[in-house]
Amino acid sequence: MALLEVRDLRVSFDTDDGTVYAVQGMSFSVGAGQTLGIVGESGSGKSVTTQAIMGLAPGAKISGEAVLDGADLISMSEDELQRIRGRKVSLIFQDPLTSLHPLYRVGHQIAEVMETHGKVARKEAIRRAVDLLGRVGIPEPDKRVRDYPHQFSGGMRQRVMIAMALAYEPMLIIADEPTTALDVTVQAQILELLGRMQQDFGTAVILITHDLGVVADVADDVVIMYGGRPMERADVRSVFVEPHHPYTQGLLESIPSYSGRTGRLKPIQGYPPSLMRMIEQCPFAPRCAQVRDACRVAPPPLKPVGSSPGHLSACVLDANRVGLASEPDEAGRAVGAAEER
Amino acid sequence: MTVAGGGATSRAEGTDELLLDVDDVVKHFPVSGGALDRSHAAVKAVDGVSFSLRAGETLGLVGESGCGKSTLARLVTALHPVTSGHVRFKGQDITSLNRRQLRPLRRSMQMVFQDPYGSLNPRRRVGSILSDPFSVHEHLSRAEVRRRVQELMARVGLSPEHYNRFPSEFSGGQRQRIGIARSLALRPSLIVCDEPVSALDVSIQAQILNLLEDLQAEFMLTYIFIAHDLSVVRHVSNRIAVMYLGKLVETGPTEEIYLSSRHPYTASLLSAVPVADRAFRSERRERIILTGDVPSPVDPPSGCRFHPRCPKAQALCAVQEPVLERKPGDFDGHLTACHFPVVAGEALANASRQTTAVSGSGPAEAVNP
Repeated sequence: MALLEVRDLRVSFDTDDGTVYAVQGMSFSVGAGQTLGIVGESGSGKSVTTQAIMGLAPGAKISGEAVLDGADLISMSEDELQRIRGRKVSLIFQDPLTSLHPLYRVGHQIAEVMETHGKVARKEAIRRAVDLLGRVGIPEPDKRVRDYPHQFSGGMRQRVMIAMALAYEPMLIIADEPTTALDVTVQAQILELLGRMQQDFGTAVILITHDLGVVADVADDVVIMYGGRPMERADVRSVFVEPHHPYTQGLLESIPSYSGRTGRLKPIQGYPPSLMRMIEQCPFAPRCAQVRDACRVAPPPLKPVGSSPGHLSACVLDANRVGLASEPDEAGRAVGAAEER
Repeated sequence: MTVAGGGATSRAEGTDELLLDVDDVVKHFPVSGGALDRSHAAVKAVDGVSFSLRAGETLGLVGESGCGKSTLARLVTALHPVTSGHVRFKGQDITSLNRRQLRPLRRSMQMVFQDPYGSLNPRRRVGSILSDPFSVHEHLSRAEVRRRVQELMARVGLSPEHYNRFPSEFSGGQRQRIGIARSLALRPSLIVCDEPVSALDVSIQAQILNLLEDLQAEFMLTYIFIAHDLSVVRHVSNRIAVMYLGKLVETGPTEEIYLSSRHPYTASLLSAVPVADRAFRSERRERIILTGDVPSPVDPPSGCRFHPRCPKAQALCAVQEPVLERKPGDFDGHLTACHFPVVAGEALANASRQTTAVSGSGPAEAVNP
């Protein structure tokens, strides 16, 4: 059974300029100990989705269901959600400098999480903070625990955030672009650490990112979002090797291939849709080269496609038509032999 | 895989004309601890870098944040004065020129910046922003300026009717087109692109990269291309220069660097990139995870600056600074600053303390139905 099951989530905000329909029907699930990658471009609704679920989207109108461990988060009061956040679910954000309080020592901030949720004595909480800092690879944790956030580098601060997220051994960590502000070498360190911590603690992870490379590396399952809706959902291999939705295919073809120079890039033409109105058709239809009349009638629902169980695509095209349309430029570029991850 | 194989030929390879010659440039920014601080500490942002660039070529400049790549770009375009060394542009030493003497040269050297939100004045209309270069450098009638601006807008894929719009009315990708149009206005020969696509979504990024490629062919442009996304750099560059703590550690033809890098830092940097389309190929991929952070450029390590993080470091590396030179067996123009360069097939990850095997257990050949 899934640890978190989200069904038909809709989130909108009333602004001075009108209503923003940020999420227009999002569904996904995460199994215990699994990593789900939510991929999307800016404005696709990927961050709002999890913020809304966790009660961190002030002023949002939210409908739908988000069942965590048997309880619906959407219908919970703020007090109940407060108990869930930090204890059952932890959040890690892109910029650790703005998520850490600049005037408190990091040890104090980690200890505070434990004191708030677990009624742990201060001395014991600090001892555990030192232990956690050591586990996330911070050298001399007994000294660094007394340092302030500005005394840490970007990568080290993100380690502190991970230590803080693990303070209460949550069931689920939501990491929103956790490595986007970091250099690739440091990103590799942080992703490796997250993976190791996930194994040690058996935590499920929702990784929100725009970086398909990161997702390919660490996710078990992937949701591709566009215009506030899921376009495609599958295990990670199916998304990269047998993508069905033209948007997924377009995204993959837009990436300058690292494994070989591909000549000219194939961008997706046009620009993403405005969310200032309810989108009554497939949100990708205006940019889609394979658009049909049916696409303009209503947003297509997710349907099973391809050969892998659980592979869903919100597209009217033939379910068996999977894989990238263009020829791989080098042997095996797009379609590699099946591998164990 | 061959060095010159595949689509590599589709890019302009440059000409023989030497456009830019950078000779041992140094830039130190003094750091002061206050009015009474008499210490002479300095951030050694660029500490002795030499390279040259032929007309029509694209040089990719890569390295972690703080390695000095943006400072180097600003030295090359004379936006910062150098501490020492020389930059010769079309044979002329620009490091000794004053502001007035530099002015006619400025039109041939332009920059495109990362943030299309921060580099456009939000209170000015696009037409007005784009007419600046003409009013500063050329004496044209207003009607002629307008015609040239609209021509420019059309060329970069903007609708000329949007002449009177404000930057906020454009999306990120369109704003970057405005930035490119502005840099292009005076037909420069060199454009320094400092992270031009980093703020853009993947699908838009590809549009901008294609535009830059078209413009290069049309106007015979020379690019210095700075990006942290190594697959983007590989796509656009003929040559790569890898920087670490103010120094070049390796430089050479793009495919040489990507397929047979000799410097352990280059190898680690490349291996750290998570790659969507490679993760599912049946190819063994070792990831070298560097430990620690980049040291401070105020007080860089002795000898080779990379030695504290290097999986191959030996005693010599801490003492003697390696020179940037051609290593035996390498192509002409492939230079490496390392005492113990990586050899083909060497498993660097085994030498480093932390290793992870990423995706791949199958045989090397790919099955392609």
